[in-house]
Amino acid sequence: MTEQAEIGFEQALAQLESIVAKLESGDVPLEQAIELFQEGMRLSKICSVKLENVERKIEMLLEEDGQLVKKPFVPAEEKGDLE
Amino acid sequence: MNSNQKILSIKDLTRYIKMKLDADALLQNVWVRGEISNYTRHSSGHLYFTLKDQDSRVKCVMFAKQAMRLPFDPKNGTRVIANGSVSVFERDGQYQMYINSMQPDGIGSLYLAFEQLKRKLEEEGLFSPQRKKPIPSFPSAVGVITSPTGAAVRDILITLQRRNPSLPVLLYPVAVQGIHAAPSIVKAIQEMNERREVDVLIVGRGGGSLEELWAFNEEAVARAIAASRIPVISAVGHETDVTIADFAADLRAATPTAAAELAVPNRMELRQEVMHLKQRMLGAMNAALGARREKLGRLKRSPFLTNPRRQLMMQQMERLDRQTSELTYHMKSILQRSGERYARLDRRLSESSPREKARQASKSLDLHKLKLLQRMKALMKERRHAFDMNLQRLDALSPLKVMQRGYSLAYNEQRVLLKSIDQVQLGDRVSVRLSDGELDCQVWGMKGEQEQ
Repeated sequence: MTEQAEIGFEQALAQLESIVAKLESGDVPLEQAIELFQEGMRLSKICSVKLENVERKIEMLLEEDGQLVKKPFVPAEEKGDLE
Repeated sequence: MNSNQKILSIKDLTRYIKMKLDADALLQNVWVRGEISNYTRHSSGHLYFTLKDQDSRVKCVMFAKQAMRLPFDPKNGTRVIANGSVSVFERDGQYQMYINSMQPDGIGSLYLAFEQLKRKLEEEGLFSPQRKKPIPSFPSAVGVITSPTGAAVRDILITLQRRNPSLPVLLYPVAVQGIHAAPSIVKAIQEMNERREVDVLIVGRGGGSLEELWAFNEEAVARAIAASRIPVISAVGHETDVTIADFAADLRAATPTAAAELAVPNRMELRQEVMHLKQRMLGAMNAALGARREKLGRLKRSPFLTNPRRQLMMQQMERLDRQTSELTYHMKSILQRSGERYARLDRRLSESSPREKARQASKSLDLHKLKLLQRMKALMKERRHAFDMNLQRLDALSPLKVMQRGYSLAYNEQRVLLKSIDQVQLGDRVSVRLSDGELDCQVWGMKGEQEQ
């Protein structure tokens, strides 16, 4: 389960697509269809969670004492395109 | 005028001059510096203008094919460096310059450097399509290498925000112009590759002059981009600004905004995609369940299940009924036929009834009886008459009468009338009957008539 939980969005979406295609083909035995459906619901949840729940981070790498450190980045107001 | 002097037509003269000019190596590949005036863009796309400096001017033509590749928009007053050939336009007898390429003056050396570097890296295969890495469809994080101030970073971040607010962004601030720009960009690309925190890099800056964009035309930057293991989207300046970095990048975006759009999928679209897939899955599942439910319902509604008695017995009952009615029918018809036959026979029988015979016989009997009686009466009457007659005759012939006259009758002991003497023996007892009684006598003697 841990391995499956770490599935990427793209992979989850691809698996969901293949499940939907299988279900839509209509020639899946009912028990298997239910299993596929449950797996599909799980995958769609994973996709949704990945889309909704990740807090956006904009960070900037800054050099401090010769080390690069991450700092939250707040875009400055318009100053033209100069340094 | 020397009569030997050949007189040329204008056409021949012009053609001669043209031939001379065309044969001149320098004139076939010449660079000039001047200012554009009388600029006209024909609807065909050809450009007509004059290049002038303080002392002179030359008519110029740039055909559409070359004009299309112009990296800038020529205007009256623009100082340019142009490359081309000089020839004669025969109709007007006027020499003019046919421009191959042109760039704003002042950056001529940069332009040449650009062309040279481009050719060199191209020959090395640095721009070859086989080297291009695919841009991931769903990056988990995006790296941005640009100036932390200005329109470019703002456009990129706003676009990323709009398309996918949950996607982490790592910004590496760099100088994008000036002498430190190229090393700073190279270092940022390398650092991003070492950190490996992002799946795609956007490298670029906003619009500017060729000099301002120059860092993105430097070999080090191009090589750093080409060497990056993380796919790079270049986003330098505007649509018309093409840099060496653009050639080296895995994907060229016309603007920083476009780069952000290319880097990340639209979250709304993804959400819709997931929703859509979920809907389709629900639909397919419902369809699968519905089809089975319907099938089950159909089976349950089967007459054999809802009314097994009717289904299983009806036929037999019907058959029984049919047989019964058939039987009744046959029975009736047999009975009818038999009845008819009976009636026929009865009629025939009654026609030949013994009672009738008896009646007739009786009738006949009566008739015969009557006849018999009549006959009998007649016979009786007749006989009585005959009897009476005979009686009269008998009476007349009666032996008694005879005997009364003295005749008698003799019988032997056996009461047989004796008619001959041969019938008796001497000593035999005989009876002699007289008219009034009998005499018992014994024969004493006898005499025959012959003996007498």
